[in-house]
Amino acid sequence: MYEGIVQELIDELGRLPGIGPKSAQRIAFHIVQTRGFDVTRLGELLMEVHDKVRFCSLCGNVADEDRCGICRDPRRSRTSICVVEEPKDVAAIERTHEYRGLYHVLGGALSPIDGIGPDDLRIRELVQRLADGEVQEVILATDPNMTGEATATYLSRLLRTMDVPVSRLASGLPVGGDLEYADEVTLGRAFEGRRLVEH
Amino acid sequence: MPTYRDEAVVLRTHSLGEADRIVTMLGRRRGKIRAVAKGVRRTTSRFGSRLEPFMVVDLQCYEGRSLDVIQQAESLGAYGAPIVADYAAFTAANAIVETADRLTDEASQQQYLLLVGALRSLARGEHGPSLTLDSYLLRALSIAGWAPTFGDCAVTGEPGPHTAFVAQLGGVVADAVAPPGAPRLTPDTIALLGALLMGDWAVADAAAPPVRAQASGVIAAYTQWHLERGLKSLNHLDKGIKLDPSLRRRPRTEAVESALIEAAAVPTAVPAT
Repeated sequence: MYEGIVQELIDELGRLPGIGPKSAQRIAFHIVQTRGFDVTRLGELLMEVHDKVRFCSLCGNVADEDRCGICRDPRRSRTSICVVEEPKDVAAIERTHEYRGLYHVLGGALSPIDGIGPDDLRIRELVQRLADGEVQEVILATDPNMTGEATATYLSRLLRTMDVPVSRLASGLPVGGDLEYADEVTLGRAFEGRRLVEH
Repeated sequence: MPTYRDEAVVLRTHSLGEADRIVTMLGRRRGKIRAVAKGVRRTTSRFGSRLEPFMVVDLQCYEGRSLDVIQQAESLGAYGAPIVADYAAFTAANAIVETADRLTDEASQQQYLLLVGALRSLARGEHGPSLTLDSYLLRALSIAGWAPTFGDCAVTGEPGPHTAFVAQLGGVVADAVAPPGAPRLTPDTIALLGALLMGDWAVADAAAPPVRAQASGVIAAYTQWHLERGLKSLNHLDKGIKLDPSLRRRPRTEAVESALIEAAAVPTAVPAT
């Protein structure tokens, strides 16, 4: 235990996700002891982020205006929507430079045991976006775990009633790995999703 | 550190730190197990897929101070994928594992085998998911010591049939002891409840949808009374999809068609950011 505001700073830092008491203490002493550490800049940024950043009214991604940069970009294709769980998934897919359509962030995955059902996600907003007939493909990019797969199952069943083509991201062997080390579930998925080799 | 080995069903998981998970399991010999699975959220994890809910695993852990740590996991029953491919089965399986999580702390081989049997049945689609769930709930409560009675009066023992059902009294009761306003069950519902408790699947599978619905309501009330708290999963059981007619997809207009042609003509490369 430290005195006064140092302990308060450690306590506040410790409330952040992924930061335990030791990490909080280390960050606090870095701030206190390091000469030239721009505390003002950090403080201003925290205030600015808290005040300005919101969620895109169309796709649910983080944005600093009403619409996010991707939804505002006229070069993006409007005919496909990639459905993800969280804004950080958008960033992960953007890093691939393989996809040039739009996104839709659900805000989580279906998990009845945690009390999260279809009404708790942005599924209704997705259906509304599809109603005008412009979107020609919905790509389900939810996490390849149990809740993500269940969400994809639910959405594919829902979207089937709307007559829109739905695809799911492939899952299988990681690039750069050895086959012998793959677990049976992943390897089974890789077999299910195998494709013909073009000659 | 002491290590142990057990067969276990994964009930639920919680994210921990950057890439770890806390996995709650029901072990065949040890009862409820809570253990940390390190690095399983990374796509390179070698046993992350085996520690998803509804999987049955052969497990090796070492005992920690507050949480055990999983060293190895080999899959014995991969029920996750077939369950998750059917949303109704997924919601039923969630209610099953939530009940198992609430109901069991001590080791109980009967509870373990019942849970594995229920998940296996859901994965194979042997019966309707709601029937499998209802049967599991009745039998799990029975093993825990709260067996309902659907024949003789639960209070006086007077031979049935009786139609008044009171969860607080333990099942159907004679008219003489039934409190005013106690729900009345049809003979078909009572027959279905008995069949679900005994595992008479010929009778259960033949039950009509309204009979199943009444039986499900009775079982949910009986379960939640004894567990003393509501089961979150029961509120999210699949009831099919009803799409708002106003959200039906409209056919593409000429304006949209021309917009699509224009969009297709735009260069495809997206600049790196």
